[in-house]
Amino acid sequence: MSSTALSIKNLSKYFGSVCANDHVSLDIYKGEILALLGENGSGKTSLMNMLSGIYFPDEGQIFADGKEVCIRSPKDAYALGIGMVHQHFKLVDVFSASENLILGIDPSKPLDRKKINQELKTICDRYGFEIDPDKKVYDMSVSEKQTLEIIKTLYRGANVLILDEPTAVLTPQETERLFSVIKNMKKDGKTVIIITHKLHEVLEISDRVAILRKGAYVGCIETAKADESKLTEMMMGEKVTLNIERPEIKDKKLRLSVKDLCCKDAEGRDHLKNISFDLYSGEIFGIAGISGCGQKELLEAIAGLQPAVSGSSIKYFRDSEDEATELIGKTPRAIRNMGVHLSFVPEDRLGMGLVGSMGMTDNMMLKDYDSGKLFFTNRRKPGELAARIKKELDVVTPGLQTPVRRLSGGNVQKVLVGREISADPTVLMTAYAVRGLDINTSYTIYKLLNEQKKKGTAIIFVGEDLDVMLELCDRILVLNAGKCAGITDGRKITKEEIGLMMTGSERKQDEH
Amino acid sequence: MSTEIKTEKAPFVRVVKQEGMPFSKRVVVRICFVLIALVVCGFLINAITSYDPVSVYTIMFEGAFGNARRTWATVREMMMLALIAIGLAPAFKMKFWNIGAEGQILIGGIISAGCMIYLSACPAHVLLPLMFVLSAAGGAAWALLPAIFKARFNTNETLFTLMMNYVAIQLTSFFVAHWENPKGSNTVGIINSANQAGWFPEVFGQKYFINVALTLVFAIFMFIYLRYTKHGFEISVVGNSENTARYAGMNVSRIMIRTMLLSGAICGIAGFMAVSGASHTISTSTAGGRGFTAIIVAWLAKFDSATMLLISLLIAFLNSGATEIASKCKLNDYASDMIIGIILFFILASEFFINYRLVFRKKEKGGV
Repeated sequence: MSSTALSIKNLSKYFGSVCANDHVSLDIYKGEILALLGENGSGKTSLMNMLSGIYFPDEGQIFADGKEVCIRSPKDAYALGIGMVHQHFKLVDVFSASENLILGIDPSKPLDRKKINQELKTICDRYGFEIDPDKKVYDMSVSEKQTLEIIKTLYRGANVLILDEPTAVLTPQETERLFSVIKNMKKDGKTVIIITHKLHEVLEISDRVAILRKGAYVGCIETAKADESKLTEMMMGEKVTLNIERPEIKDKKLRLSVKDLCCKDAEGRDHLKNISFDLYSGEIFGIAGISGCGQKELLEAIAGLQPAVSGSSIKYFRDSEDEATELIGKTPRAIRNMGVHLSFVPEDRLGMGLVGSMGMTDNMMLKDYDSGKLFFTNRRKPGELAARIKKELDVVTPGLQTPVRRLSGGNVQKVLVGREISADPTVLMTAYAVRGLDINTSYTIYKLLNEQKKKGTAIIFVGEDLDVMLELCDRILVLNAGKCAGITDGRKITKEEIGLMMTGSERKQDEH
Repeated sequence: MSTEIKTEKAPFVRVVKQEGMPFSKRVVVRICFVLIALVVCGFLINAITSYDPVSVYTIMFEGAFGNARRTWATVREMMMLALIAIGLAPAFKMKFWNIGAEGQILIGGIISAGCMIYLSACPAHVLLPLMFVLSAAGGAAWALLPAIFKARFNTNETLFTLMMNYVAIQLTSFFVAHWENPKGSNTVGIINSANQAGWFPEVFGQKYFINVALTLVFAIFMFIYLRYTKHGFEISVVGNSENTARYAGMNVSRIMIRTMLLSGAICGIAGFMAVSGASHTISTSTAGGRGFTAIIVAWLAKFDSATMLLISLLIAFLNSGATEIASKCKLNDYASDMIIGIILFFILASEFFINYRLVFRKKEKGGV
């Protein structure tokens, strides 16, 4: 094995009483692709943030080329050749690609655009990137932004690149392209660290896998000797079988009929264009697409939070197909007062679904606090419900009055999903229901959704992990820039086909 | 030892977040900071005036509670501040930045003064309730305008309410000139000093009893309103996130307007209290910056009624005490502002030390 590029010894980081990293020791060799694997919240990102100068370690040492170093800022990290591409891109929207490239580098040098573009081109040719140096960031797709971020770190002379969950926002095809670029970088002698929790990607791209669990270092394994079940066991600390159930649909009844749904934003641009679908009881209806393709608007339009263009229609069927209720143009309260049992788990859990500063009890009464004629609130029933959800879903919280924003992401989601399911919905909408959750909680959520499905609830599941959607959903609607690219059978379609539908017409537009 | 942690290049001091400090410890931290502030002020005054710190604080205490008259003046000031803070609490809890308390107080004050001047023949049991209602309506109207614009067009309420203050000040100047008494003095003078019409009556021989009673009633009302009513629940949700409020099916615009009406009304009543229960006159300084000070009171108390009363007491005490120091030690008024500023600064700083702690660079262990 070649020499070490970086070496971490006993690194620890605490946030208040939370231990993000607990005495982690790890060697990173020159010219390897190392996957850093772990569940959400296992401390992968905070460990890498200490290498890239965002956080300062509370304990421990970092060695670069065998010498102890002290990384106090990203500048220090770059001086050592360490560059990181964060999950949330750090780009200036109104600047072009090349302007973003030189941001923060030696301001005394005169601005020579020609030279910069030349250098940019050299990097692109060397590794196989495609980017337009004069394109503004706000015009870029997520994948282009990511490319720019990677080029930025290379331009600044990084020899060790850290990529934080680079594939989370990419389509299968874009992921392929990214991986080929990573392999080119490896050939060039660069060291690449990929933070991820997707096992098949780890197996595909990496040379070695380092595994973290609950902030602690579990071990390192050569990818060639690893397989999915072994990695899962190391990651979870126990043997688990991960299967998502997909019960057959029984007793199909029409619940929701969306016809020609169009939504526009404040500037009159289309968010959604002519979306039509029917939703039946007892099915899980998936919605796939690149993020920001209209998923949020679609769910909000059904929930009465998003105004729709006239001509759109969303009909809700209570018992039979003759008894339709139009939902367009109604406020969420009006929809509720009509007796429509519509539950909604929004993407923004603490900014929309829950009130972060309130405890579980108060959050339980968020939707029916105004029941009863009294001027005062009644906290007895919400209190009972909160206690029941805490017990049934194992919500870890110091108390029912503890502000929910202090809970971990998984517990926050359990509170939200628990409340929405307790309303006994006929239609249940979930947006990115497992984003940021650890594996166990994710499977708890899938199980809860399947229980609802068996009870005859019609479920809309907006997701981002196509592998999961293909296992869970009965049908999948693919959104592409606000338009419906097709409704497919979840049992028959492949990931690659969905990936193409997600981006398909976008490429056609580029050709024009 | 080679594994010795080498830290000479580490930053000298770092800020680390900490959560969940127990309540008792928080109280201790806050009290410590007030004490440190008092010591710092003591040394400062000592440096300027060469009075020793202990006698400085004796003077302060005497200035605030030296005799019955001073005590009641301090209590009156405290009630005034507390009432305004109570009025601001629902707006700020909703994250509606009502910087316009000054204006709302002045409008309430103008209406009260007007009633006193034109309706002095009315019996007290008619006049006082009428003044109460009208000044509340005036304050509410003054707050309604920014609320409507915010609800409808999402205008910035901070600037809007602030600007409304200047309009109110100009209106006050106009009425002061209009009601000038005696002519040419450019002041209104004590209104109805003969028959005391529209003045708060003495109750149990106490001139300021009604001020105290009125404020306490509002304090209790606000406590219950914010904690146990549906309106209070709505205010918390909107203050947390308008998206959540919309998601829960609340009518955000209506809640915003309703809450600002309440906030403005209480500030208007504070203006009524300032005129009828304290100065018995109206001038552009009737509000006297209390509308701004009360913002600090409301935020420091996190909108809790009892805490708002306590902090008002502290500020009222500091005000009277510092004025006394200034006059005894032949310093001007700015000295008292300085002292209050220093103490408030320390109170705010204590919040930082409750939420964060500092980690200093470890000393290098010997032998390396």
